[in-house]
Amino acid sequence: MAVTADPKLDANRLRADFPIFDEIFNGKSLAYLDSAVTAQKPRQMIEAMSEFYATSYGNVHRGVYAVSERATAAFEGAREKLRALINAPDAREVIFVRNATEALNLVAYAWGLVNLGPGDLVVVTELEHHSNYVPWQYIAKRTGAEFRMIPVGESGELELSALDEIAGEGRVKVVANNFVSNALGTINPVEKLTSWAHAQGAIMVVDAAQAAPHRKIDVQELGCDFLALSAHKMCGPSGVGALWGRRELLEAMEPFNLGGHMIRKVEFEETTWGDLPHKFEAGTSPIAEAVGFGAAIDYLTEIGFDAIERHEHELAGYTLGRLGELPWVELYGPPADRRAGIVSFNVTGIHPHDVAQVLDFEGVAIRAGHHCCQPLMRKLGVAATNRASFYVYTIPEEIDRLVDGLHRVWKALG
Amino acid sequence: MGEFDQLYRELILDHYKNPRNHGLLETADASAEGQNPLCGDEITVSVRLGEGDVVEEVGFEGRGCAISQAATSMLTDLVKGRRASEVAAMQKEELLEELGIPLTPVRLKCAILGLGVLKLALHKAKGTPLPEEWGTSVRDLVLE
Repeated sequence: MAVTADPKLDANRLRADFPIFDEIFNGKSLAYLDSAVTAQKPRQMIEAMSEFYATSYGNVHRGVYAVSERATAAFEGAREKLRALINAPDAREVIFVRNATEALNLVAYAWGLVNLGPGDLVVVTELEHHSNYVPWQYIAKRTGAEFRMIPVGESGELELSALDEIAGEGRVKVVANNFVSNALGTINPVEKLTSWAHAQGAIMVVDAAQAAPHRKIDVQELGCDFLALSAHKMCGPSGVGALWGRRELLEAMEPFNLGGHMIRKVEFEETTWGDLPHKFEAGTSPIAEAVGFGAAIDYLTEIGFDAIERHEHELAGYTLGRLGELPWVELYGPPADRRAGIVSFNVTGIHPHDVAQVLDFEGVAIRAGHHCCQPLMRKLGVAATNRASFYVYTIPEEIDRLVDGLHRVWKALG
Repeated sequence: MGEFDQLYRELILDHYKNPRNHGLLETADASAEGQNPLCGDEITVSVRLGEGDVVEEVGFEGRGCAISQAATSMLTDLVKGRRASEVAAMQKEELLEELGIPLTPVRLKCAILGLGVLKLALHKAKGTPLPEEWGTSVRDLVLE
């Protein structure tokens, strides 16, 4: 019988790949517990971008000369890496954009403006990040469609019992949901929601910004119609992200940004659009950033997403355990076995800003705020929470430093 | 002096834990509520004015970070005896100097929240100018 090794990553070894951890802040080494907002960068990605700039940089697709060919090969190579990452059937379905927010806006505008109208329902959830909430709210208003929200329950998980009622209120045309909640770490039932959406004749739009860095994504398995992700949350550079969409839908859609490169022919009377993916990539793309994105995908793929998921799961369990011992800490979200590597909490009677500030003095970086989830905060009855989040480089000692820091906070301000 | 002591100096902690002029006035000539929507700090201010629109009494209540509550507490002591027009013209630098702590741009908004709400109260009651340090985001101040 073959022995299958459990996927495991060595965070201490990986940490050495990240130069930021050599830096000193406030006289201390960095305990970075804010990967949900953005991930730190490995040397391998930084060097891939620098080398690209130094040896292969040129504008892509049009140039006749050799360096342009090099650049194009690297750029399209990155696109293929994205395709493989999410198991998309066709690389032409992968559109490079600025970030997940732009990807979601692209769908809201280019698909929504034409396909929505009075009598239609646009359905989001109470867990959404503003980037997958506000564009839909706006487009619904613009088109006369109604806007609905699947509520979240006590445990921080969606109340799917509300689906029937929502379906009875109109023609559901779009369902938009985040695979993983950036505020609570809830892992949402995307496949179930996709089935429901399709049964209503609606498209399913998945915000994978918080999921793609931390778990395997397979768009064919999920069955969704659109998926948005950002490079900077997955060890890639800022400034680039991707939208994946079903070919038939993308081909039927109006363009989003217009101008150079997304055209076939421009005449005074009319202009015709280019093929996918170019139709949605107007102007010069974030070329080097896309190459960096590809390098980040290579880095993470080598570690293995199963190992990453397991590592963060363990850290979340550890954190919930340690914070659970503090009687003056309130935890939010699902239990450890049903959540990703994100823990939101509050310290009784102390404002999250003050908590984060004192932790900063100890060299511990956590987030304080509404996490771009004001509807969720309202449901929780708070203005803001503190949030700790983990990634491949997070080690338990950082969580210990968080807990030590919280003791200081309580002593000083409680 | 460590960073903690610099920002959360004894004076700040004292005002945070023992806020001055805490509690809204029974009868007030001017009042307003405001919040910093980014982080949820809330302040309500009530003012009683005497002869020549001089600030006789101030009372405040609030919920929020130590900086916002402490700064408002200190502010209420500072403005007693000043005319409404003088308070409306009060520069944020004066309050910041009184606070005497290093503030990043993010925490600056916490520190001047109370000042904005106080100026808003006087504006509503006496037509004095709106807090210019808040610019157009002064409408963010108002709690619905």
